[in-house]
Amino acid sequence: MSGAVLDPTTSPAFPMAAKAAMGDTQLRKNVRHATEVIQAKRARVVDEMPDWQQLREAGKQIRQHTMENLDFYLEEFERNCTRSGGVVHWARDAAEARQIVTALVKASGSDEVIKIKSMTTEEIHLNDALEAAGIRAYETDLAELIIQLGRDQPSHIVVPALHKNRQQIREIFQREMNLPELGEKPEDLADAARRFLREKFLRVKTGVSGANFLIAETGGVCIVESEGNGRMCLTLPETLITIAGIDKVLPRYQDLEVVLQLLPRSATGERMNPYNSIWTGVRAGDGPQTFHVVLMDNARTEILADEEGRQTLNCIRCGACQNACPVYRQTGGHAYGSVYAGPIGAILTPQLQEMHHAQSLPYASSLCGACYEVCPVKINIPEVLIHLRNKVVKQNGLNAESLAMKTMGMIFRSEARFRAAQRLGRMAEAPLVRKDGQGEGWIGWLPGILGGWTQVRDLQAMPKETFREWWESRGKNGN
Amino acid sequence: MRVSLFITCYNDTLFPETGKAVVRVLERLGHTVEFPAGQTCCGQMHWNTGYQAEALPLVARFVEQFKGAEAVVVPSSSCVAMIRDHYPKMAASLKDEKLIAEVEALVPRVFEFSEFLTKRLELEDVGAYYPHRVTYHASCHGLRNLGLGDGPQRLLKAVRGIDLVEIEGLEQCCGFGGTFAVKNAEVSSAMLAEKTTAVLNTGAEACTACDNSCLMHIQGGLHRQRTGVKTVHLAEILAGEEGAR
Repeated sequence: MSGAVLDPTTSPAFPMAAKAAMGDTQLRKNVRHATEVIQAKRARVVDEMPDWQQLREAGKQIRQHTMENLDFYLEEFERNCTRSGGVVHWARDAAEARQIVTALVKASGSDEVIKIKSMTTEEIHLNDALEAAGIRAYETDLAELIIQLGRDQPSHIVVPALHKNRQQIREIFQREMNLPELGEKPEDLADAARRFLREKFLRVKTGVSGANFLIAETGGVCIVESEGNGRMCLTLPETLITIAGIDKVLPRYQDLEVVLQLLPRSATGERMNPYNSIWTGVRAGDGPQTFHVVLMDNARTEILADEEGRQTLNCIRCGACQNACPVYRQTGGHAYGSVYAGPIGAILTPQLQEMHHAQSLPYASSLCGACYEVCPVKINIPEVLIHLRNKVVKQNGLNAESLAMKTMGMIFRSEARFRAAQRLGRMAEAPLVRKDGQGEGWIGWLPGILGGWTQVRDLQAMPKETFREWWESRGKNGN
Repeated sequence: MRVSLFITCYNDTLFPETGKAVVRVLERLGHTVEFPAGQTCCGQMHWNTGYQAEALPLVARFVEQFKGAEAVVVPSSSCVAMIRDHYPKMAASLKDEKLIAEVEALVPRVFEFSEFLTKRLELEDVGAYYPHRVTYHASCHGLRNLGLGDGPQRLLKAVRGIDLVEIEGLEQCCGFGGTFAVKNAEVSSAMLAEKTTAVLNTGAEACTACDNSCLMHIQGGLHRQRTGVKTVHLAEILAGEEGAR
């Protein structure tokens, strides 16, 4: 996977990519271990909150209200941010966002940037664009640094290097930081990263950040993190450029009370993030003297226009759905072909990239509902998945599957046809049925797409009599 | 009580023993069972796979069959979830005022089988005997959409002779997911492998659940591995009687 860009427009369909990922036993072990640890921590700190369900509801209400009035709150944010000395830019799509950020970095006079909280920049492949413009980007989030040095791709929105274990990280650091004597304890690795990054923090004059939240009421921007590296990026450079999806806005400062409880507990099982940074505009002699915010649409208004898909934008990027998802736990994040993996990726990516780019993702779920259960803002992910599947079906038109489905649909609309189909099914399966040791009939091989079933499963042969036949004979015999 | 049975299309076709067991239990408890003959399918497969146009007409069909029922009992948690979670929205999307009202009136009277026993009839002991070691799998739709909680386990604990053993990862999906098992066969298989391993680790003779779709999947995996461990719908355990088998 290393080096491959996670681009939904070019990535293989999910089942293919999943098969490849599942062949990597080390990756599967790492993903399983990490998700289990985070899930257990999350469950513990959520259980200690007696009002968790009310908090979830409050989170949902805040996000829903924001999305219903997004234009209003974005304009309010722009007004207040500008008033306090920030410069707001609007980007319609990824290309425009890349262009704006690149131009702003150049205007800052630097050919290097330090970066933090950069999933949105991963969404638009900003680092490649910067590199093409002769600008070197240094990721400073520890996990993002591991990904960058390992020429890898993030596999989780909160823990991007979740698929790597400590030994693998040590190898990357040894190689890339030229540290042959590096120890293997977590503190050794943290120390190496600290030394490596400190020099960048003190030297590089331009910072690029993402944002967890934009606060309309104050024009402030909020980032929460665990390491403090973000705070360095937000305070040390002369120029700070923040790029955020337009969905990141919150109406009031007070709304942070709700989301800053929901987010850390859901994301990493922490009661509170160790570092909560909120900054508003610029102030002479304190922090960056030039501050830009790039508000990026990149298909978000289209999602907003879709009544059923809209709730996708409520996401506060905690990644709890990924950790809870039994599909993600098997495949890890790269199989989703996008920086947004797991259940949220399965609904967000197809909508961001237009449906034709990501046909398989809405089907990358058993609809078990574990994602919905843990979502801190109650996004009904299974419902959105089904909605997107409907869009895929409508887009695809007629094919073998849709013909079979239409036929089945027709059968179910008539009792007589249903009975005929039951009889026909018994006849059609007969050549495939083999008796097992107990004398029971089983099918061990099915043709075509149904063969997916018989790869690892047998199928019991149909019984001699359907329930309704038994019911009718029972009525006649009076037993 | 006059109970209408919605057997569901796959139980009717593939698992008639489950239906017979439901009838046996309900009659043993003194209820009258009716079987509206025109019933077919709830539309879950179509709906969940994205074929909304094919699923929509089945709502009216279901209502037509069951609208007079005092209670509708369904031995399938996923089909009940389909009805409860989606029928009101489906009726609304059809913009049929009469249908909307009928769905609204009918849906609260539709129960998953174990739910009917524990919540509607408020029973735990239904007078069953089943002298086997059994483990219970909590199907996702029953667990999360219907909120069955420990209802099925309470029913099982009251069964005489049973040795109920808890499975590890009770709340983990078995990996069936309808067309998911075929469209994402590799991932589904990996999820199934975890589930069958958990079943085998319990040392149970049989794995039970409130949904034959999960069980068909788990049974398919257990049979392929020649484990000898069976799957059996909860209703079939509750139908067991001393001396009957």
